[in-house]
Amino acid sequence: MLFGYHWNLTSDWAFALSILPMLLKGLVVTVEATVLGYLLALTLGLLLALLRMAPSRLVAWPTAFIIEFLRDTPLLVQLYFLYFVLPLYGINLPAFLTGTLALGLQYSAYTSEVYRAGIKAVPKGQWEAALALDLTPLRTYRDIIVPQAIPRILPALGNYLVSIIKDTPILSAVTVLEMLDVAKMVGDRTFRYMVPLTMVGVLFLLLTLLTATALRRLERRLPQRGIPLR
Amino acid sequence: MMFAQLLPPLLRGAEITAQITLASTLLGALFAFAAGIGKLSRHRALRWPAVGYIEVFRGTSLLVQLFWLFFALPIIGISLSPLSAGILGLSLNIGAYGAEVVRGALQATARGQREAARALNFTPRQTLWRILLPQALPEMMPPFGNLAVQNLKDSALVSLITLADLTYQAQNLRNITLQTVPILTATLLLYFAMALVLTAAMRWLERRVRYAAGHER
Amino acid sequence: MNPAVRFRQVTKRFGDLTVLEQFDFEVAQGEIVTLIGASGSGKSTVLRILMTLEELQDGEVEIEGEPLWHERKGGRTVAASEQHLRRMRKKVGMVFQQFNLFPHMSVLRNITEAPIHVLQLPRAEAETRARELLRLVGLEEKADAFPEQLSGGQQQRVAIARALAMRPRVLLFDEPTSALDPEMVGEVLNVIRQVAGEHELTMILVTHEMNFAREISDRVCFFDQGRILEQGPPEQIFTAPREERTREFLRTVLPDSGRT
Ligand SMILES: Nc1ncnc2c1ncn2[C@@H]1O[C@H](COP(=O)(O)OP(=O)(O)O)[C@@H](O)[C@H]1O
Ligand SMILES: [Mg+2]
Repeated sequence: MLFGYHWNLTSDWAFALSILPMLLKGLVVTVEATVLGYLLALTLGLLLALLRMAPSRLVAWPTAFIIEFLRDTPLLVQLYFLYFVLPLYGINLPAFLTGTLALGLQYSAYTSEVYRAGIKAVPKGQWEAALALDLTPLRTYRDIIVPQAIPRILPALGNYLVSIIKDTPILSAVTVLEMLDVAKMVGDRTFRYMVPLTMVGVLFLLLTLLTATALRRLERRLPQRGIPLR
Repeated sequence: MMFAQLLPPLLRGAEITAQITLASTLLGALFAFAAGIGKLSRHRALRWPAVGYIEVFRGTSLLVQLFWLFFALPIIGISLSPLSAGILGLSLNIGAYGAEVVRGALQATARGQREAARALNFTPRQTLWRILLPQALPEMMPPFGNLAVQNLKDSALVSLITLADLTYQAQNLRNITLQTVPILTATLLLYFAMALVLTAAMRWLERRVRYAAGHER
Repeated sequence: MNPAVRFRQVTKRFGDLTVLEQFDFEVAQGEIVTLIGASGSGKSTVLRILMTLEELQDGEVEIEGEPLWHERKGGRTVAASEQHLRRMRKKVGMVFQQFNLFPHMSVLRNITEAPIHVLQLPRAEAETRARELLRLVGLEEKADAFPEQLSGGQQQRVAIARALAMRPRVLLFDEPTSALDPEMVGEVLNVIRQVAGEHELTMILVTHEMNFAREISDRVCFFDQGRILEQGPPEQIFTAPREERTREFLRTVLPDSGRT
């Protein structure tokens, strides 16, 4: 029994059907972790990108190192670090929040590079034109650069959403009861792993396919010449 | 307990990590070429399995794949050791991503090259091996480098199927000594160092490939 | 004697666009024919169908009397198999506008690769012949160079040698000088001239070099919207074109033709 549901071991199909509600509960956690982690990655990444592009090397270089470090070390170990080290400093977060924090951190390194590449890809002439028009840096970014960078940035950011979905099972390592952990638990208790694990695979496939399809739809509707912010 | 005592077990784990990464990257390259080329085949019997493999392994989580190989397969009588399950899972996963690199690089070769090959009456197979692959290979190397680093990081997940890699050793050591901060810091640094070495190695390999493919002389 | 090439009622479409419709065309063995006409009129398509780079929707092409896109099997005519196409392709060679040399192979290997691996010639024989051909195109000393180290004109001369190495019966040239800087056009045309003189080849050329076409061709065909609107000996086409469209075309490509 799990979450108040019982499994039915009479046949594979009955078993599958009986554990579906449990897996769907795990799926909800998977989706929540994905969304939260992704939002975190989007904001933190923007911050990292801005720091990385700061005029002062004192800011830019350490940021570059942090980004590289986050990109080059395993999510699982970063997760352990947060999960075991934060409490030593009096920060006690629920496992779920620690997990989304780890997802957000690692992916902020990726998204920061996307932002940076997108902004760098705006032709130099645009900066020069803004300068010639005497626009303030804020207005240059808000009205000229960012609107043109968005169509380049969004598709790449979308790809990372799909990646984050696939990385959420790692949170099970710190006892977050997402979909894979639920399946593993069912397997541990029934000694039947094939059905729950295959179902999780299929559910992930559906989730990533649906997300990727939705993203492609969205992408096609993006105006390539840019999106004014106001 | 000091660093000097913590380091040896971590280094033992790092060695396992390095071995697993190397083995699964090589095996993954094999899967990548087979599936990437298969996806471009004129024959459905080759194309469909390639597409299916790529979609399934890119569409699901590596950890799910590892658990499936390690926990589910034995039930139908195929028992893999943690090492085989780990290497197989990692290489199947990275191979699916690599397959898209191979396919993309092959498709990006100039159309004129294919037409010239046909005008000279090369068979499709000769065209692939003699004309297209030598030109596409150098283009594949930078994304392959990224995938190799990705694979190194992914290899940490094999600790969850009881393989004594660096992450596993770190967790183990942490449980025994409770020296959480130094152990996990050292672990992160070791991964970072290995990633730097791997990146450098892949750059070197890229230059070798360019040279061998006749692009630099 | 069978004509070297014969198009019978060929129809070629790209999606909704019909490029050739019931197209008829014949080239005698050893004949040198030049196709001229506005861009988009279907000249390349004719060459590409002959080289089996494009399939056709209807009709048939024959090379030396043998159907290209069909073969007879057990008394019935069926679509050509890959083996049949390979056998037929042996008779045809092509020189491309963009040269399409293999960038990862030396000049010598560009020329010997197909003879060795397609024609199964011994390497020594293939190399001897390749060097002869390089002499013919004036590039003996470039045997070990790589394509990127050559000028456009030199690359195109290598491409001609590469095509000749397969000993085709029919050689196709699709705008062989259009991608070249003006000062290199001459050297490539000279090589084509020489090939035309030394080899008993059937040649079909698409070119915008009107003076060259006039000098080298046995026959000139003016293409207009997928049809051969007018054809004949170069002297007639260039000095006394019958069709207004031909005159118009020649006026645009030969600004001084009014004076001749
Ligand atoms: N692969 C193709 N797909 C669609 N249309 C094509 C293709 N190749 C050629 N065409 C079209 O066919 C027509 C004839 O092209 P082509 O034979 O290349 O003309 P030419 O060589 O006389 O300039 C043109 O309208 C061209 O746009
Ligand atoms: Mg053309």
